[in-house]
Amino acid sequence: MNIAAIREQFPILHQEINGHPLVYLDSAASSQKPRSVIDAINRYYEKDHSNVHRGVHTLGSRATDAYEGAREKVASFLNAALPEEIIFTRGTTTALNLVASSYARNACKPGDEIVITQMEHHSNLIPWQQVAKATGATLKYIPLQPDGSFTLADAELTITANTKVVAMTYVSNVLGIVNPIKEVAAIAHRNGAVMVVDGAQSTPHMRVDVRDLDCDFYAFSGHKMCGPTGIGALYGKKALLSKMEPIEFGGEMIDYVDLYESTWKDIPYRFEGGTPIIANAVGLGAAIDFLQEVGMDEIDKHQRQLAAYAYDRLSELEGVSIYGPKADRAGLVTFNLGDVHPHDVATVLDSEGIAVRAGHHCCQPLMRFLNVSSTARASFYLYNTEQDVDQLIAGLLKTKEFFGHAIG
Amino acid sequence: MQLDDLYRRVIMDHYKNPRNHGTLEADAVTIKLNNPTCGDSIALQLQVENGLVTDAKFSGEGCSISLSSASMMTEVVKGKTFDQALELADKFSALMKGEPVEFEDYEDIEALSGVNKFPARIKCATLSWNALRKGIEQQHE
Repeated sequence: MNIAAIREQFPILHQEINGHPLVYLDSAASSQKPRSVIDAINRYYEKDHSNVHRGVHTLGSRATDAYEGAREKVASFLNAALPEEIIFTRGTTTALNLVASSYARNACKPGDEIVITQMEHHSNLIPWQQVAKATGATLKYIPLQPDGSFTLADAELTITANTKVVAMTYVSNVLGIVNPIKEVAAIAHRNGAVMVVDGAQSTPHMRVDVRDLDCDFYAFSGHKMCGPTGIGALYGKKALLSKMEPIEFGGEMIDYVDLYESTWKDIPYRFEGGTPIIANAVGLGAAIDFLQEVGMDEIDKHQRQLAAYAYDRLSELEGVSIYGPKADRAGLVTFNLGDVHPHDVATVLDSEGIAVRAGHHCCQPLMRFLNVSSTARASFYLYNTEQDVDQLIAGLLKTKEFFGHAIG
Repeated sequence: MQLDDLYRRVIMDHYKNPRNHGTLEADAVTIKLNNPTCGDSIALQLQVENGLVTDAKFSGEGCSISLSSASMMTEVVKGKTFDQALELADKFSALMKGEPVEFEDYEDIEALSGVNKFPARIKCATLSWNALRKGIEQQHE
């Protein structure tokens, strides 16, 4: 992987922040965009834009082809069996809420169980709290080990014949843990439950095969994988999606409308009311092309190497706490620097041009498990280098010095 | 962007040695506020008598900016009438907007003027002041 050539393709990286070259270590929140994605969106608006599925004119056909072409790219990227198993949404949150509202609210009744973990992002936690409240189902958590991971034995104990839904993140956005989705999906299916996967942090970084995982639903966002904001997708097995009712009504999802009764189109259109997010779907398609050209296995290897390097370098710093296991972590490192508040850490790093995330990372229950109110997080992507990690360490040394002087 | 604009010595002093940190009697007015972006929280307690803030204490978790701001706020608000306290809160908002504001009888607060250049941190600085506003508005109801 030629990082220098990759970095060349990301215009945003070539600027100074507060007088220092930008070191962008917040890709888990949102990744930057290569020139090819920016150009694809511009080209679409300059040459091809029209509404989709309606016009009989040339632009209508071009726009429809571009939008449906993007769907096919997503389907092949995830190794879905069919393009209609891909529903475009605003992102992971909307996709997970669609499963919760359309599938789970109808599938659950009092006494049923929904199983999740305490490492879930709020987007894969609150929708299930709401389903439990609305249906009388019980929300259960697979217990976590001290490092934040869980054992399959505990998953076996928590998932029972009463479980209707198991929902879990593939990669933790705080701990960097890669969960054994395939094994958990097998447990869920043995108990008659569906497996829902939050792929927000896995899809950008590793080869994902929804058929090999045998998950029933898989959600992800485009903006974390070099694509635009406002577009993501839900993968669902055709047999399940076909039985689900839409939750938004109007526009493209309509089949036939009478005064008092109407019918819906087939999947995926049934779940895509209104004018869809056409240009951003085209941008997502371009992002997939870009990532596949680099190679998902290469990206996976690169981000794991950076995370391992960062973990080692951070461990050398006195007073640093790192959260999550050391081995087999995805490309991010979450930490705290002594008793310096993460906000203060992030501000000092920003003054050196280094962008990290500080806060609870939309994982408040996990913060409570870790016994902290917030943490700092450096997350890596294909355009980051070991030199970026070295800059981070230098910035943290400066933070220690600054706060040592200022407080001491 | 100069870090020293943000982290002035007086701010660090309040962070390291917060004034009025702790809790008041059970009958004090208690306001709990969270900063949802970072998970920080503050519990402000006000002892009020006849439209006057006679004592103030705070507890909770936060960064250097939010804790030093709370420390300063509790210092200055003691002995103020509700109207005077709200006026101070307005002045603090103006300070956060970068307007030149003087706190005649308590100049420490002016050290927080640098927060204006760090927009991401304004929420930290205003957390305790929002709690103050909320507490006094409750008394008016």
